[in-house]
Amino acid sequence: MFKGATQFSLPAAFAGLAILAASAAAAGTVAPDSVPIEDMEMSQSLTGVPGDPLAGREAFADRKKGNCLACHANADLSAQLFHGEVGPVLDGAADRWSEAQLRAIVVNSKDVFGEQTIMPGFYTLKVGINVDEKFAGKTILSAQEVEDVVAYLLTLKEN
Amino acid sequence: MANRTKRIATMFAAMMVGTSASLAGGPVDDKLVIDGELEINTRVPAPEGHPFDELISGWHYRTPETRDLEADSFQNPGMLYVERGEEIWNTVDGAAGKSCASCHEDAETFLKGLGASYPKWNEEAGKPFNIELQINQCREQNMQAEPYKFDADDQKALTTYIKHQSLGMPMHVDLSEGEMQDWWEKGKELYYTRTGQLNLACATCHENYNGNYIRADHLSQGNVNGFPTYRLKQSAMVSLHNRFRGCIRDTRAAFPPAFSDDLMALEVYVTWRGTGLDIETPAVRQ
Repeated sequence: MFKGATQFSLPAAFAGLAILAASAAAAGTVAPDSVPIEDMEMSQSLTGVPGDPLAGREAFADRKKGNCLACHANADLSAQLFHGEVGPVLDGAADRWSEAQLRAIVVNSKDVFGEQTIMPGFYTLKVGINVDEKFAGKTILSAQEVEDVVAYLLTLKEN
Repeated sequence: MANRTKRIATMFAAMMVGTSASLAGGPVDDKLVIDGELEINTRVPAPEGHPFDELISGWHYRTPETRDLEADSFQNPGMLYVERGEEIWNTVDGAAGKSCASCHEDAETFLKGLGASYPKWNEEAGKPFNIELQINQCREQNMQAEPYKFDADDQKALTTYIKHQSLGMPMHVDLSEGEMQDWWEKGKELYYTRTGQLNLACATCHENYNGNYIRADHLSQGNVNGFPTYRLKQSAMVSLHNRFRGCIRDTRAAFPPAFSDDLMALEVYVTWRGTGLDIETPAVRQ
C-alpha cells in the first residue's frame, strides 16, 4: 500500500522503475537449456515476469503454439472438439503437480519423464535432426509463453 | 433461450461423439470384404523380429463411413484413378511409339501380384525400385518418353492401376536380393530417428501410440498396403512418398526429396513392417 502510494505520487519515478523492471526482465530471460532440470523440477522463472493465465490458455489451445489439445484432454476447453488421448488428462493438473514441476515438464519433458516420452520440449533446443529452417534455433514457445502456460496449468484444479 | 438450450444440447452431443470415439480406442473389430466378394486380410501375424505380434491395416482405425467407402468399389473415389491408369497403360507415348501394353501384352497375367512384391532390388540402378521408379525406367529406356515428375497425375494413376492388380494379395518384400538387407537396416534406423523441432520419430506415434487419438486423428500402425491411397482430407490420391514427406514435415523437419535414398530405404523397411497384409490399393483413408 505504501509502495503503491509512493509510486502514484511520483509518476516519473514510477515510469523509470517500470523501464528498469522491464529491462531487468529481458536481461533476466533464461536462455534455452541454460538452467538444468533437477529432480523433475525447475523452480526458477524463465523471465521473472509472472505468467498470465489467460494468455497461457490461448497459447495452450493455439495449434501453432502449445497445441496441447493434440495430446491432452482438458475440460476447461471442452468447447473445442476432439481432445487427444496420447498424454494424460489435464483436469486437476494443479492438484498433482507443483509450479516447479509443471515448468520443468513444459520446458523439456524428456528431462523429467525420460528420452522416450512423446512429449516435445517447448523451451529447449535439444530436438530432432533436420529441423526445418523456419524453426531452426527456435523453441516451440517463447520463455514468457512457457510462464503463461504454467500459470494457466496452475488454474486447473479439481480439489 | 430455447435456441440456446438447443445449441448447447447439439454441442454436448457433438462432444459426446468426440468423447466416445476417443474412448473407443484401438482398431475396430470388422472385416473388409470388397463388393461383398473379395475378403481382404487386414490382420495378420507379424513376421519374425517384428516389434508387434499382429499387423493391422489402417482400415481398422477409420470411421464406419470411411471403411464403407473402401468396401464398395463403385463408391471408392480411388477407382477413378484405376480406370485412368488402365487408359495410360494402353496409350502409346514417347519416340519409340510404344505403350506399356506393347511389351507387357497380357496385363492381367503380367501385373497380377507384381505390385505386392515391390519395392524390389534393381541391379542396374544399384538400389531398390518402387513402382514409380520402375515406370520411369521403362518410359526412358523402352518408350523413349519423359519420366513422370513426382506426383504427376499420370504417375499416381498408373501406379494405382498397377498396385490394384494385386488387390487382396499379400505384400511381400524380398530382402534376399542384392543389397536389400542393407537398405532395410538403413530404413529401420530412419524409422527410429527423431526429426524436427517436435522431436518425433515414425516409431514414436505408429509403434508406441497406435490406437490412440492425436486430436481427431486416430493413429494407426502406419502400414503401407493401401498406397497410393485416396485421402478424404486432400480429396485426392496420395502417394506413399507424399505421405512420408507430410509426416516428416509435421515434425517441423525439412523433408527429403521423393525417391531419395532415405525415403527408398524407409519404403523398404515400412513395407516389410506390413508383411502379409493384403494390398488394398486404392485404400480410402481420412
